[in-house]
Amino acid sequence: MLKIKNLNVFYGGIHALQGISLDVPKGKIVTLIGANGAGKSTTLRTLSGLVKARDGQIKLDGEEILGLPSNEIVARGVAMVPEGRKIFPNLTVRENLAIGAFQRNNKAEISKDEELVFTLFPRIKERVSQKGGTLSGGEQQMLAVGRALMSHPKLLTLDEPSLGLAPLLVKGVFDIIKHIHEEGRTVFLVEQNAFAALKLADYAYVMEVGKITLQGTGQELLQNDQVRKAYLGG
Amino acid sequence: MPFSLFVQNVLNGAGLGLLYALVAIGYTIVYGILRLINFAHGDIFMMAMFFVYYGAFLTPIPWGICAVLAIGLTILLGVTIERVGYRPLRGAPRVSGLCAAIGMSFFLENFAIVVFGGRPKPFLYPDVLDKVVIIAGIHIRAITFITPVVCVVALLGLNYLIHRTKMGLAMRAASRDFDTARVMGVDINKTVSFTFGIGSGLAAIGAILWAARYPQIHPFIGVFPGWKAFTAAVIGGIGSINGAIAGGFLIGFFTIMLVAFFPSLSGYKDVFVFVILIVTLLLKPTGLFGELE
Ligand SMILES: Nc1ncnc2c1ncn2[C@@H]1O[C@H](COP(=O)(O)OP(=O)(O)O)[C@@H](O)[C@H]1O
Ligand SMILES: [Mg+2]
Repeated sequence: MLKIKNLNVFYGGIHALQGISLDVPKGKIVTLIGANGAGKSTTLRTLSGLVKARDGQIKLDGEEILGLPSNEIVARGVAMVPEGRKIFPNLTVRENLAIGAFQRNNKAEISKDEELVFTLFPRIKERVSQKGGTLSGGEQQMLAVGRALMSHPKLLTLDEPSLGLAPLLVKGVFDIIKHIHEEGRTVFLVEQNAFAALKLADYAYVMEVGKITLQGTGQELLQNDQVRKAYLGG
Repeated sequence: MPFSLFVQNVLNGAGLGLLYALVAIGYTIVYGILRLINFAHGDIFMMAMFFVYYGAFLTPIPWGICAVLAIGLTILLGVTIERVGYRPLRGAPRVSGLCAAIGMSFFLENFAIVVFGGRPKPFLYPDVLDKVVIIAGIHIRAITFITPVVCVVALLGLNYLIHRTKMGLAMRAASRDFDTARVMGVDINKTVSFTFGIGSGLAAIGAILWAARYPQIHPFIGVFPGWKAFTAAVIGGIGSINGAIAGGFLIGFFTIMLVAFFPSLSGYKDVFVFVILIVTLLLKPTGLFGELE
């Protein structure tokens, strides 16, 4: 579904992505792990059109999407749960969901997806008229996932959804991602929480300072000595 | 003061206050989304008056239709100003935008001098606006009565646009976070154009009512109302629509009341505006209301 090839991204003089390539096949859950500053967010932000690439390819179902404006990329089926959730604090929960469906016009289908989000997150349903800024961290993360689902994406990308959440909530978030994936959605998950991500993933990439240094199935990387040392605490 | 005069003053104050509010909203929503003080806003206000003036003067089109067309043209002007003057500087340091806005203001004023001429012109408006209506024994000029009504309708329309339409949603989201709005599928350029359109449209409505109250227009007519409306936006808390309305109302209403109740102080009415500004900023530096809700 998603194929990234030889992607190079610079921030001024910083070579943030140094010719990375990766694949996210349809129906799979693929994770990208790596330490802080490795370039994980940059990868997702380039995919969403927020950051410009120097060169390379990003193909979605065979079509080049690199260089398209973000709204066009959303319309083609890529949704993002941004790092730090980025709920709009001034909008109500319902409006936060509505803006997730910004590219869509079919009201009946939109409200069907809203119902789906409510089934997934009953807590969110209880708070529809509250301002996004009044939700707890965990609730905001649920809302961020729900908001992304509102675009009815082919590919759901998540940037460190477990960041800053209490351990119990982290488990909840990964369960939800698993559930969403089992419903047939393709997922591209960026994480620092390597253990949880690898357990979930069909396939995984490890990123270090702008390069992909290792790849394999989630199981393979869980067994890999290098990975165990660097990311799983021995 | 006789009761009827009192009522007239209240209506007058409400009218002027709401006019300032309409103009102040343009400053505040543009600031809310671009963090730019659009110094050309007062000149957009001025241009709207000339659009009506020339429409009514040069064409046989009825005045009311000229007014509506002028509002449309002013919206187009505001959108074009952003497109040509500000958009190329998006992402540049803020001071660049500031310079562009000041430059745009000078450009519009000098354009008006060259094309329209510097001499004040009498603004034509339908006689009905001058008609004195008698309500419960109180004599009121129609325009005094119509101004607050039209302003309130415009504000209701604004409220609808901001809170009930997709573009309004995009505007509120983008005013908080461009990037996240983008990944939700919001087209930022369109949203910014929409914002300038709304601001300019409200300024045009304000301008036409203003010119019917004070029917002499010239290329610098927007300068002082513009500054006061900007002050109103700061008093209310720049970025906040409710703040702009409150600030505009406060300034307009109290100016009229000051003149009505303390005629000897009327020379100080503009000083008074800036006293309100200073007091507000001392007590609450972010203005009366925080941010764009
Ligand atoms: N807007 C930016 N401007 C300059 N440098 C940036 C910017 N965003 C990220 N970087 C740099 O790019 C590198 C990769 O960052 P990022 O993609 O955020 O890493 P990660 O998400 O893996 O923590 C880091 O060295 C970071 O400092
Ligand atoms: Mg990151």
